[in-house]
Amino acid sequence: MDAPSERRRIASDKPFFYGLVAIAAAYLLLIIALLLADVHYVSLSEIGKALQDEDIQSSVTLTLITCTVTALLSVLVAVPTGYLLSRFRFPGKRLVDALLDIPILLPPLVIGLSLLILFHQVNLFGRTIEEWFAWAFQWITAIRPDIRPGVTFKVPAVILAQFTVSCAFAVRTMKTTFDQINPRHEHVALTLGCNRSQAFWLVLLPQAWRGILTGGTLAWARALGEFGPILVFAGATRGRTEVLSTTVFLEINIGNLQGAVAVSLLMIMLALAVILLVRTVGERTVLGTETHHHSGGSHA
Amino acid sequence: MLEVRDLSARAGSFEITDISFEIPTGMYGVLMGKTGSGKTTLMEAICGLKTVTAGTIRLDNGDVTRLRPGERGIGFVPQDRVLFYNMTVRRHLAFGPTLQGWPKEAIEERVEELATALQITPLLDRKPHGLSGGEGQRVSLGRALAARPEVLCLDEPFSALDEDTQSEIGKVLKQLQASQGITILHITHNRSEAERLADIRFQIREGTLDSVAK
Repeated sequence: MDAPSERRRIASDKPFFYGLVAIAAAYLLLIIALLLADVHYVSLSEIGKALQDEDIQSSVTLTLITCTVTALLSVLVAVPTGYLLSRFRFPGKRLVDALLDIPILLPPLVIGLSLLILFHQVNLFGRTIEEWFAWAFQWITAIRPDIRPGVTFKVPAVILAQFTVSCAFAVRTMKTTFDQINPRHEHVALTLGCNRSQAFWLVLLPQAWRGILTGGTLAWARALGEFGPILVFAGATRGRTEVLSTTVFLEINIGNLQGAVAVSLLMIMLALAVILLVRTVGERTVLGTETHHHSGGSHA
Repeated sequence: MLEVRDLSARAGSFEITDISFEIPTGMYGVLMGKTGSGKTTLMEAICGLKTVTAGTIRLDNGDVTRLRPGERGIGFVPQDRVLFYNMTVRRHLAFGPTLQGWPKEAIEERVEELATALQITPLLDRKPHGLSGGEGQRVSLGRALAARPEVLCLDEPFSALDEDTQSEIGKVLKQLQASQGITILHITHNRSEAERLADIRFQIREGTLDSVAK
């Protein structure tokens, strides 16, 4: 067959790229519009007033503490869980994998309600779980008589409510991180004299830093935004279990929309600052240590 | 010596069965086979990374079939090098001896000796990021050799290397074989590579050993 006499023109790539940019820009525009609307609605003096409010100050403190504890706990649980899911086959693995997604799929209010039922309606050896906790930590009252140990409607409930949801996101991140690191790294370590634990600590974990950082940041950010389970399980008591998400709710409830928006902006700034800080520090710490883009090789 | 007798092993649904061969001490054995013929499964079974369902693996110092990978005295160089991106080249070379409890001076001496033999002394304080394919392969070889294994297992060591680097690494391997008296098992699908390096050749086909040629 003769070749066509005229050179075939290939259609330009421009419409494709314009399409990509247009879709991404539309979403980015929505986020920026939301932020600008908030900024436009609230005055600087209102933000200043919110920052000076003692209730809001204690809410900021409690938010920072609970989110950080939640993020650390999430990483602590997500690293071994993600490793198990990524590296080992075991009976019922699919079911376990699906169960770990439940906190992501369930409506947040249902998580809170379920926690409440678990702690108050499940009887173990004559006591509810809440009563067992109060019993186990009663020594605290001996040291600090003003503190009555327990979980529900107290600070531990805030952390537990945040952790239940945040940890599921961290587990997903860690599993993906380990999936992307070639298992041959550990195989080589085993032939060099490591046992499984040494291969994990000395070879795998240092190469998973970026994933750990991402998982921790994601858990922190998710904890910051958590509201439903906190409201149901920890309540929204001013100065006691009030975190920034509940502050917004409380301010709306008392009709102080300006205050609610000021706190919302505070949350946005806090989230941006933490994410940027962690990512910047992370980039410096792990520069040159990432593996999966360079290691190549097939998975065993 | 590496002696494999009636070896069967499984990797998922794939199985290798009744494999027997022997590489005498200090010899260079090349195992050939097409992709998917069971070469890597056999090598990983020898290294202790795949469960052996039947048969034995013996080295000069005895039966290693049931030993853990790090107890066998087998150095493993996997396909595509698989370097540890958090470690410098120096730490790669020191990793095996450190795990095996060598004294510090002996480790330092061994690192220097290997770095000289492999011509990677200028790279010792660099991390693997940015090393060329040939440099990375030398580091991977050094890491596997550092604790003085009896047998060195090389899984497609020339894959993803250009021809000049392949020939260069081939020379290094033959020199190491001569200078360290090490027994080598090298797997490849490349006939000319096998002919160039092998003292003894094996062919694997669909999970069973097909032929042996000197």
